[in-house]
Amino acid sequence: MAAEIFVVAYDGIDRNPVDYAATRAKASGATLCLVHVLQWSPYSFLTPEELEERKMRRRQELERAKTALVDPIVAELKAAGIEIESEIRFGSPTAVILDLATDKGACQIFVGRSSKSGIENKIFGSVTLGLAQAAKIPTVIVP
Amino acid sequence: MRVFGRCFPLLILALTFAGPALSQEAAEEGSGTASVDAWVDGIVGPVTAPFVSFIFAPIPGTELPWIVLWLITAAAIFTVYFGFVQFRMVPHAIDLVRGRYTSPDAAGEVTHFQALATAVSGTVGLGNIAGVAVAMSVGGPGATFWMILSGLLGMASKFTECTLGVKYRTEYEDGRVSGGPMHYLKKGMAEIGHTTFGKVLAVCFAVCCVLASWGGGNMFQANQAHSQLVVITGGDASFLADRGWITGLVMSVIVFLVIVGGIKSIARVTEKLVPFMGILYLGAALIVIIANIDQLGAAFAEIFEGAFTGLGVAGGLIGALIQGLRRATFSNEAGIGSAAIAHSAVQTKHPVTEGFVSMLEPFIDTVIICTATALVITISGVLQQDPATGLYVWDEAAGQIATANNLSGVELTSAAFGSKITWFPYVLGLAVVLFAFSTMISWSYYGVKAWCFLFGDNYVSELIYKVLFCVFVILGAAVSLGAVLDFSDASLFAMGIFNIVGLYFLAPIVKREMTTYMAKLRGGEIPKYPKAASASGSTA
Repeated sequence: MAAEIFVVAYDGIDRNPVDYAATRAKASGATLCLVHVLQWSPYSFLTPEELEERKMRRRQELERAKTALVDPIVAELKAAGIEIESEIRFGSPTAVILDLATDKGACQIFVGRSSKSGIENKIFGSVTLGLAQAAKIPTVIVP
Repeated sequence: MRVFGRCFPLLILALTFAGPALSQEAAEEGSGTASVDAWVDGIVGPVTAPFVSFIFAPIPGTELPWIVLWLITAAAIFTVYFGFVQFRMVPHAIDLVRGRYTSPDAAGEVTHFQALATAVSGTVGLGNIAGVAVAMSVGGPGATFWMILSGLLGMASKFTECTLGVKYRTEYEDGRVSGGPMHYLKKGMAEIGHTTFGKVLAVCFAVCCVLASWGGGNMFQANQAHSQLVVITGGDASFLADRGWITGLVMSVIVFLVIVGGIKSIARVTEKLVPFMGILYLGAALIVIIANIDQLGAAFAEIFEGAFTGLGVAGGLIGALIQGLRRATFSNEAGIGSAAIAHSAVQTKHPVTEGFVSMLEPFIDTVIICTATALVITISGVLQQDPATGLYVWDEAAGQIATANNLSGVELTSAAFGSKITWFPYVLGLAVVLFAFSTMISWSYYGVKAWCFLFGDNYVSELIYKVLFCVFVILGAAVSLGAVLDFSDASLFAMGIFNIVGLYFLAPIVKREMTTYMAKLRGGEIPKYPKAASASGSTA
């Protein structure tokens, strides 16, 4: 039987969901799928200069997310004997995490409570609440 | 952002508190400040006159400027050559903009929507508000018909140039993408064996692009933004009246902060506000039209009748035609080549897809927004008509249809909206300033690309261009409408001379691209995705 897959949403700040999911994965032998989403919309408005530099910036953003945020955690958890893979994607975080969970056949999603300010959440909505409302698999909200 | 946060409120405060003081002084030394404007006008007018005369020289025996015929003929030829692509491929263009053909792997790259939105921000502006008013006041409502026709035909020119913009763009090692006529004229012409001729065309285009970026993309915008600010701050009694240099100086400082200071947050805020102002403007026009729906039939009747008779306008049919075509081209820039610079950054494997998307630009700009402005002006009755004959009253002295207080340009549009929605001129004032600013930012970019093509892509070269650009903002606000409008028109249209010569040579390449793509599309080789790329994102 294939190992269970836990999708862990990592915003680059809050380590709690990663650590909690790692503990659960180690106990159950599950594989972790660490996902970091770079907020992006195809319908945002850019200046001509931003258009020119977009490909370059995308490359830099991916590289920064990989080297500074995702790779150190992956290395650390691998060293701790946990099966882990990682994904860095552009898009709307809630939609990306839900799609990834479906694609991977994940059985649980782990997400932090919130790292945004209260006002920002009120205006743009929270990824945590979005997942809690829309996920078709159990979603653990880690305080 | 912090610098802007400190500077911008100070600028606004300075202008606010300086206002009453300046208006008190105006009576005492108004003639003195007016003479500054007259002095600037006196210098700019004669310098630009020969250039303007050449560009707008009429075809012998007619009153039709050769450049207008040049652009419209090209648009008509491309329309036929590409099998009326602007009518056949619009649904596909809309699907492309919706991201239905964008792979989720491309998430984070420039989308068709973003390239289109940026290009539209650069073209939708004062041409749609002030330019239409000029066309209407000189050419009558009939000019609208020719504007719409020009917009529809112009879609084919835009298709051609934007496809080439993507195909021959330059992708630098660091990931930056740069394209436009300078690139396709040089590389595309070299590919078909006309290396030297291509280089000459590219250089000539770049020179005209730099001039246009100072003229239509800058001075005209500053000039009309100032006019509108004068209207909403009290007209002739305003402290800004005859003090264009104040508006120019403030706008110049803000433009300087963005393009030299690198404070992108100002540009970003503008880019986000402009589409909303555009929607607000269109919404207000629709409210005026719907509130006077009983007059809509008559307004369209005047547009069609005026298109072929002139309805009393000097020059009759030709007068309406020239004004309509001239102002529509100035507004949608089809065949001019500017939009290809913005469109070329899109992420696509098939250059022709951006060509399809770019066709929506003249449609939004001219067929929708310009027509909305024209209908509001016609319905509002600001253009004076003889009730007995139904013909428009021609004011010989002003050289246009008689209007209350001899209004023209943006002031006429403002009066037209104001006659139906009294508070709208204030909103229009804000919209005009934002449109002007957004167009300036776009054109400063187009200009700097052309400048660097000519003088080298380095910091000093860029800085010289940008400082000059800021100086032209002040000049633009200070000089009179006539000199500014003529120079801005002439420099913009001149770009079209060299661009279109290149387009004629390169059109077969575009046709090949289109044929190959269409075959793949019909054969199901172009995958269609169920939802936009944003929903799923992309893997690193």
